Amino acid sequence: MAKKVKVIVIRTAGTNCDYETVNAFKLCGAEAELVHINRLLDKEVELMDYRILALPGGFSYGDDVASGKILANEIQYRLLDAVSKFVSAKRLIIGICNGFQVLVKTGLLPGLDGIDKKEYTTLFNNDSGKFEDRWVYLKNTSKRCVFTKGTKELIYLPVAHGEGKFLTLDKKTLDYLKKNDMVVFRYVNEKGENAGYPANPNGSVDAIAGICNPGGNILGLMPHPERFVSRYTHPRWTREKLPEEGDGLALFRNAVEFAGKNL
Amino acid sequence: MKNVKIIGILKASDKKLLAISKSGLLSLTLAEMKAVKNYFKKEKRDPTDVELETIAQTWSEHCKHKTFRGIINYNGKKIDNLLKQTVIKATNKINKSWCVSVFTDNAGIIKFDEKNCVAFKVETHNHPSAIEPYGGAGTGIGGVIRDILGVGLGAKPVLNTDVFCFGPLDYPEEKMLEGTLHPKRIFKGVVSGVRDYGNRMGIPTANGAVIFEEGYTCNPLVYCGTVGLMPAGACFKKVRKGDIIVSLGGRTGRDGIHGATFSSIALDKDTEVSAVQIGNPIMEKKVQDALLQARDLGLYNAITDCGAGGYSSAVGEMAEETGARVYLDRVPLKYPGLTPWEIWVSEAQERMVFAVPPEKLSEIMKIFARENAEAVVIGEFSGTGRLELFYGRERLADLDMKFIHDGGPRFKLNASWKEKKLPEPDFPCPLDLGPALEKILSDPSVASKEWIIRQYDHEVQGGSVIKPLQGAENDGPGDAAVARPVLTSLKGVAVANGINPRYGMIDPYWMAASNIDEAVRNIIAVGGDPDKIAILDNFCWGSPDKPEELAGLVRASRACYDIATVYGTPFISGKDSLNNEYADVNSGKKIAIPGTLLVSSICVLEDIRVCVTMDFKKEGNLVYLVGRTFDEMGGSVYLKNNGFIGNTVPRVNAVNAKKIFSLMHKAIKQGFVRACHDCSDGGLGTALAEMAFAGGLGANIYLDRVPGVAGLAREDYILFSESNTRFLVEVEKKNRKKFEALFRKFPAANIGITYGERLVVHGLDGRAVVSEDIKKLKEAWQSPLRDP
Repeated sequence: MAKKVKVIVIRTAGTNCDYETVNAFKLCGAEAELVHINRLLDKEVELMDYRILALPGGFSYGDDVASGKILANEIQYRLLDAVSKFVSAKRLIIGICNGFQVLVKTGLLPGLDGIDKKEYTTLFNNDSGKFEDRWVYLKNTSKRCVFTKGTKELIYLPVAHGEGKFLTLDKKTLDYLKKNDMVVFRYVNEKGENAGYPANPNGSVDAIAGICNPGGNILGLMPHPERFVSRYTHPRWTREKLPEEGDGLALFRNAVEFAGKNL
Repeated sequence: MKNVKIIGILKASDKKLLAISKSGLLSLTLAEMKAVKNYFKKEKRDPTDVELETIAQTWSEHCKHKTFRGIINYNGKKIDNLLKQTVIKATNKINKSWCVSVFTDNAGIIKFDEKNCVAFKVETHNHPSAIEPYGGAGTGIGGVIRDILGVGLGAKPVLNTDVFCFGPLDYPEEKMLEGTLHPKRIFKGVVSGVRDYGNRMGIPTANGAVIFEEGYTCNPLVYCGTVGLMPAGACFKKVRKGDIIVSLGGRTGRDGIHGATFSSIALDKDTEVSAVQIGNPIMEKKVQDALLQARDLGLYNAITDCGAGGYSSAVGEMAEETGARVYLDRVPLKYPGLTPWEIWVSEAQERMVFAVPPEKLSEIMKIFARENAEAVVIGEFSGTGRLELFYGRERLADLDMKFIHDGGPRFKLNASWKEKKLPEPDFPCPLDLGPALEKILSDPSVASKEWIIRQYDHEVQGGSVIKPLQGAENDGPGDAAVARPVLTSLKGVAVANGINPRYGMIDPYWMAASNIDEAVRNIIAVGGDPDKIAILDNFCWGSPDKPEELAGLVRASRACYDIATVYGTPFISGKDSLNNEYADVNSGKKIAIPGTLLVSSICVLEDIRVCVTMDFKKEGNLVYLVGRTFDEMGGSVYLKNNGFIGNTVPRVNAVNAKKIFSLMHKAIKQGFVRACHDCSDGGLGTALAEMAFAGGLGANIYLDRVPGVAGLAREDYILFSESNTRFLVEVEKKNRKKFEALFRKFPAANIGITYGERLVVHGLDGRAVVSEDIKKLKEAWQSPLRDP
């Protein structure tokens, strides 16, 4: 039997969504480990022993200063070498919600200059001015992203955040993301069309919900795929015919399968 | 004596004793102060301030439940320990094998599966929320989470539920009393406080209720509840002599000093804000992460949270059998300058106390350090049976543990109950009941709470099965919440609440009965098993010194016993918060809240796949009403909207109800039910409207088919009566016979059919008394709190 794909799910003070993220990877046959960042910093754990890195949601360090900023600094200033090595080896990284915010603040996304020295993109306060938990339809628009290959075009996932409005530094960056197939998910309505609030729950520019790096091996997204791996968490499972598997699971399976074959 | 003051009580007169209690905010009565005086007489010395504070915290109403455990003269009859005679007695009589730990620990514990148990606790944080809504509510949720972290050897929080009672949001400014905050400000502050703490902890807030009543204007109620999951082997703790006392988490500051004692007296305009604690959810999350690891490695013998009374209560409780030595100078402080007694009683948040065997100390400290969670050794469990406190080499306190825990005199209280006769409604039945229905849907207590619900992450941890918002557009009001705490299992936990303060304005007995019924039927409605439901009581009342207030409490407690024993629903934990009053400086009056009981329910579901939601599913399905409808308008929303309370409060026929619950459960389990909703506030009419607009599907309903209406000739009463134990059920035609066969001996009538986009209700003579577009009804329900 092939060796199980090892996944590292990094946590720190204020991380949550870790249990369900580990669960999602395990459902796809991976060996997922929850590791405190201190163990990486103290070199008790070696990043290159893993093929997939996940940054789950939550409020790392309370999101003081700005969402994901402190954890991003820790990675930038204390783990940069290890992470660079990991990224150059084309291993996979997924950042969900707060994890996406961290990826953006470390410069791993959009990763236009490898690891960006400046913030090309950011996630800002929702237009509604408050934290919101609601389900959204997402249109998968990227061929480049490893996590979404072959997934359905229209998927349904929950968002739960107060700072998820995706913005780019300038129009040039936005155009670049679009032109280079780095926009992975857009918020749409149930018919797959562009629509305003609440279909686009935070006012993201161009309704962008998730992006990947030019290599397609790093994905960041605000919605929570780990929360919809079973039909019984769909908000309408008691009234609609649905498959047993939730839409979110495909992302994890793609990653695990890709890593198993290629990494 | 450098760090303490000696308080002269040995020579103090009664008047002086009371003055000492009052000026020190000790909230001790004269009888209690005398007991203290006698103790120190035997010790041949005066107490230190630290000692007096310790006694005051331990004996506070908040910690000791002196009213419930006292001796009450109720209309001439003696009740010796109300708690033991009602709530606890019910649990003992019901004697369920799945109850693991009840009424002894921080929370009640029941069995979940072979490997795990679930713990449930609901707390209140009323006074702090009145004077500092954001901080008060945040630390309220933080506190109940710590109860779960500290139950047994610690549980992982998996679900939150919150119930709030506020004054009306449009309360006129000019009627506000000096020193109070406007209900709107309290409402917004409380919602944000709970949001920011609960979300940051990563615990789904999946269920709740909000009640608006004028009686809560000066004294809001904030109930916060948490469910935890723990290994079956971690349900009990035992401190051993020689264990080291370790404090983990937040530093100690001056916040929350006298929280326990201040919650035992009426609020007034001069109440100090320093009595409110300051919350830091990320610290609490670190504490959680750290302690659950230590638990799984078996590194400590006991744990408890620092709640009311701070270290004084936490160490005091843990050391009840062994005694303890504590070195207060070792406690890490937020800032210098605290006196020893302040350190000892501060209710600074996010602190847990552990009893660690000496040989495991270095390992546990390593784990705590890895999580960047500060931990210090503050003393040891000595085995002397005495509580000894030191600051450096100076001894600050030396008290007999037995005296601290059992030395207080029991309360003797009077209760007298007189049945009320309130004005009976005298308005005629309107011809068109549509506007009345819309008005009920727009009542803030009934109206959609989506604005709040969406601000709470109700889906984190990935196990939400039955959500607070349901239906075709994910916006209908659910009954109970269901979650899967173990994602690899199909087992679930359902949680719900029952609260009806308006019924208590007529008779607290039937209020309590109705609350239990509501809490239970909410669970039944989603598919819960009536033989697996446990409940929690949570009393918030005015001053027990007023005989009529106390009588209400007695009546409510008695109903708890009477109904729970028939339902077979044991109480596994409870709480009381008395003295919910506001002392108005200008009129000199003390304004009490309406006596309020929250009953919270929890049920372990064998298989979540049987669950149903309340939204109508398909056109052409049959609509059944299960249970009888009586002329029980007293305390209803409909009468409130017409300016009355009335007298005919909804009652409970417990024997029948128990059978109906069991049949409903069978019907759901066997898959005959497409949708189910309980009838509560606003009765049949509201439940129908909610099912219709949640499903995006109307219905044709015939009131003459409603069971039990004999002698009930008013169509408005049939539609809006709030009789208990009723379910509205959607059944496919193919299951008609099977469903009806189940209910052969019990009232369940097909009252109509799902159809179109209007809710049409035909009156007793066949004429349409309601004919409303469901979109319009939904708008009436959604608009009041859309953007409050």
